[in-house]
Amino acid sequence: MTAATEFMPVIGLEVHAQLTTRSKMFCSCRADYAGASPNSHTCPICSGMPGALPAVNARAIEMGILTALALNCRIPEASRFDRKNYSYPDLPKGYQITQYAEPIGEDGWIEFTLDGVTHRAGIVRVHLEEDTGKSTHVSAPGGDVTLVDYNRSGVPLMEIVSAPDLDSPDAARAYFAALRQILMYLGVNDGNLQEGSLRADVNVSLRSAEGEIGTKVEIKNLNSFRAVQRALEYEIDRQRRALDSGERLQQETRGWSETEEVTFSQRSKEFAHDYRYFPEPDLPPLRVSQETVDEVRHSMPELPATRERRFVEEYALSPYQAGVLTSERETGDFYERAVRAGTRVPPATIANWVTGDLMRLVNESGKSLAQSAITPGTLESLLTMIGSGEISGAAGKQVLVRMFADGGEPQTIVDELGLRQVSGRDDIETLVDRVIADNEKLVATYRGGKGNAIQALVGRVMGASRGRANPQVARQILEERLGPPGS
Amino acid sequence: MDLHYASAHELATLLTARELSAEELARATLERIEHLDRNLAAFLTVTADRALADARRADEMIARGQGGPLTGIPIALKDILSTEGLPTTCGSRILENYVPRYTGTVAARLAAVGTVLVGKTNMDEFAMGSSNENSGFGPVRNPWDLNRVPGGSSGGSAAAVAAGETTLAIGTDTGGSIRQPASFTGVVGLKPTYGRVSRYGLVAFASSLDQIGPLTRSVWDAAAVLEVIAGHDPLDSTSLDETVPAYTDLLERPVNGLRLGVPIEYFQEGMDAGVERQVRAAIDIFRGLGADIREVSLPHTPEALSTYYVISPAEAMANLARYDGVRYGIRAPADDIWSTFKETREVGLGAEVKRRILLGTYVLSAGYYDAYYLQAQKVRTLVRRDFDNAFAEVDALLAPTTPTTAFRLGERTSDPLQMYLSDVYTVPANMAGICGVSVPAGLTDGRPVGLQILGPPLAEEVILSLAHNFEQATDFSRLHPQLETEVAS
Repeated sequence: MTAATEFMPVIGLEVHAQLTTRSKMFCSCRADYAGASPNSHTCPICSGMPGALPAVNARAIEMGILTALALNCRIPEASRFDRKNYSYPDLPKGYQITQYAEPIGEDGWIEFTLDGVTHRAGIVRVHLEEDTGKSTHVSAPGGDVTLVDYNRSGVPLMEIVSAPDLDSPDAARAYFAALRQILMYLGVNDGNLQEGSLRADVNVSLRSAEGEIGTKVEIKNLNSFRAVQRALEYEIDRQRRALDSGERLQQETRGWSETEEVTFSQRSKEFAHDYRYFPEPDLPPLRVSQETVDEVRHSMPELPATRERRFVEEYALSPYQAGVLTSERETGDFYERAVRAGTRVPPATIANWVTGDLMRLVNESGKSLAQSAITPGTLESLLTMIGSGEISGAAGKQVLVRMFADGGEPQTIVDELGLRQVSGRDDIETLVDRVIADNEKLVATYRGGKGNAIQALVGRVMGASRGRANPQVARQILEERLGPPGS
Repeated sequence: MDLHYASAHELATLLTARELSAEELARATLERIEHLDRNLAAFLTVTADRALADARRADEMIARGQGGPLTGIPIALKDILSTEGLPTTCGSRILENYVPRYTGTVAARLAAVGTVLVGKTNMDEFAMGSSNENSGFGPVRNPWDLNRVPGGSSGGSAAAVAAGETTLAIGTDTGGSIRQPASFTGVVGLKPTYGRVSRYGLVAFASSLDQIGPLTRSVWDAAAVLEVIAGHDPLDSTSLDETVPAYTDLLERPVNGLRLGVPIEYFQEGMDAGVERQVRAAIDIFRGLGADIREVSLPHTPEALSTYYVISPAEAMANLARYDGVRYGIRAPADDIWSTFKETREVGLGAEVKRRILLGTYVLSAGYYDAYYLQAQKVRTLVRRDFDNAFAEVDALLAPTTPTTAFRLGERTSDPLQMYLSDVYTVPANMAGICGVSVPAGLTDGRPVGLQILGPPLAEEVILSLAHNFEQATDFSRLHPQLETEVAS
């Protein structure tokens, strides 16, 4: 056994989530600045004009409490904001308003599943703060310049700090995914890693077999699950090698290069900022009454883990299906609304269609269920038509594509496309005779003793009917015409 | 009546009776500023066009019968109140070209009732100072003696009122910056309870101590201004959501039977004999009006000053961090971001401001926070408790505003600690968040002395009525500097 295996990773995540509030954390500017021209979403407050003062966004506080409750945190009666002092052009006040000493939520936990096993990680704290502006360094005639856009400045951010309870890159990734899922269920974050509305910093150190925890390294600004996993894999490997070769690790902040897939040193401890935190005098302490907590708790939606268990029990779904249906809140909502839309379609059938064809359409089109034109009610109507034999399953799939893209009632689409199932013997007999005449080879194969060939012939009949023929009837007539296989 | 030394209350009578128009008053005021301010330097910006426009609007309001007690009255704002389209320099070179794009709450409320803005007044840079010698644009002179300071940091506002360059002025008080210059120049200066007046648009020096208030020639005027500017503002989360009394209606409340405390710690060594004489005489006047005078103790008075110089620099360090040359104000040419920050501050900020930024950085630094900042906050609690205890026994406190009268220009500039001592009697009120007013208490050696009346939080009507009764019992508010001859010579 090599020395390397004696070390176990100790990993913690600090996740920053932009809140989905309409306005910014401390002013009434719109928080959604996507596509807006630079500095068009600014005011004296979020651009740090002299004399402007912050006023707390009540909705952001609610979202903080909601998240803290969902993560099983304690909500202290009082929390407060502090000033974190550092200089940068995109920080217009020269300090960031954040919750340092007294966060809105503390001491919680979260469950996540890895390889079918449920794990629990501690949540140290949930706190609220404001985002910074964005600096862009560009070359211009006469020299390089820095351009600053304050549209993002003051957008509400929530920071969720895990305990160092994660022991592998896979666990870190699973934790991050579970957290993202909860935040999206709560509606407090849009889960968009690419655009940076959700991002993670990871802390990683190695613990020796004797339980001694090594030097901690922070890797900042990871904006994909893959980046979290790969950066940790790289960093753990780097630290192991260093320790194996007797090197001393530095406590430092490192970055992750997506292109080279390496971490690189950004700032060592000696150059660490002294943020000189102190209580924000412009904001009185935040009192959170028990009534407020109760009210927020009351508004809590069902969380993914609970819903997944319930789907298995209530609708007799497989854990896999329940997992797919609850991966995003809107999928589960859609599914349950479809189930409740009628009584004629078994929940398992609806689950098959949602997790199968519908999810495929979502993935192919890049549209979410909400953006698509289909509704739970129309899906249920469609599945009812299939169940009653009005149309075949194959025809149903065609209708589904239309409903997904353009909406509409399945009955109308079925009529429009002429897909109503043909069950009348006469019509199907005509089709069968034509198929037998046109497919000599298949017929010969069947007659030669390969009974399976009848399946292919049924398929041809279905094709000839453009999916409308009742496949049972078609098969019956084929067998009558051709006799048993090998005859 | 001499228009320049008339109170707003007196002028309002003339304006309402249409014996005087707001425009005539504005023109006369602007002329006087033109005449006097070369020597006084009380104004950084004279807003003549704005004043005339405000005055015409005020005349229309009066004509329509929509005028209030302050409609048409000239007012000057300390240059630390944000005014859209008008320079707001805070007395600092770093903001010499800064023109805000918004108007703060107090300036907006005063404009809404029809006051006439005649200009923005000179001040110690970012309100840090007790003599106005820290202004980036040169010191203000005391109208009573041009070789003496007007006090600070609202020295421009105080001097302008004292010299009749405006009827009303607004100042800010972080450690005495309204009351001390009011005392040095013989005008009324009110520091309201912390949270009584919105700070939105007040460029912050020390956010937990700053408060906006009036400097006026009469207590009635101060009460009238407070009525306009006080009250909750959703834009300032520290502003109190409490109803605003009709202060001017409550001024006549009798002194008889009130218990007034005289804090022994406010009559210590280092106090001018003349100041003590005037203040003792003032206390006797209250006794004569039927007040029950008793000695009280505020034991943490000396510590209030030292802890003030921990807390206020700490907050200032953060509040002034935004002056980096990126978004507004001057930007010194430099090679990169960090040297731009450094050079801009190097050339833009004065020595006292730099001193306090360094102090604030130091007391909040890792390893020092507990020993300085946290300890100071604990002492602040003790200072507050001193006042709580005192106000359990008395309705208000009587004390000198400052230990001395106005000192000579340059007399204390080389010794910051000596300079800081001139705020020893005013700082505790800011530390405790209580209200206080300085009211003229006569002259010594030809220079004004201020009587300070301190009251519990939100007891402005108590201290204002005491000040008003005192003003009525004396003629100190009618004393004016012999400016014309001085200027002429």
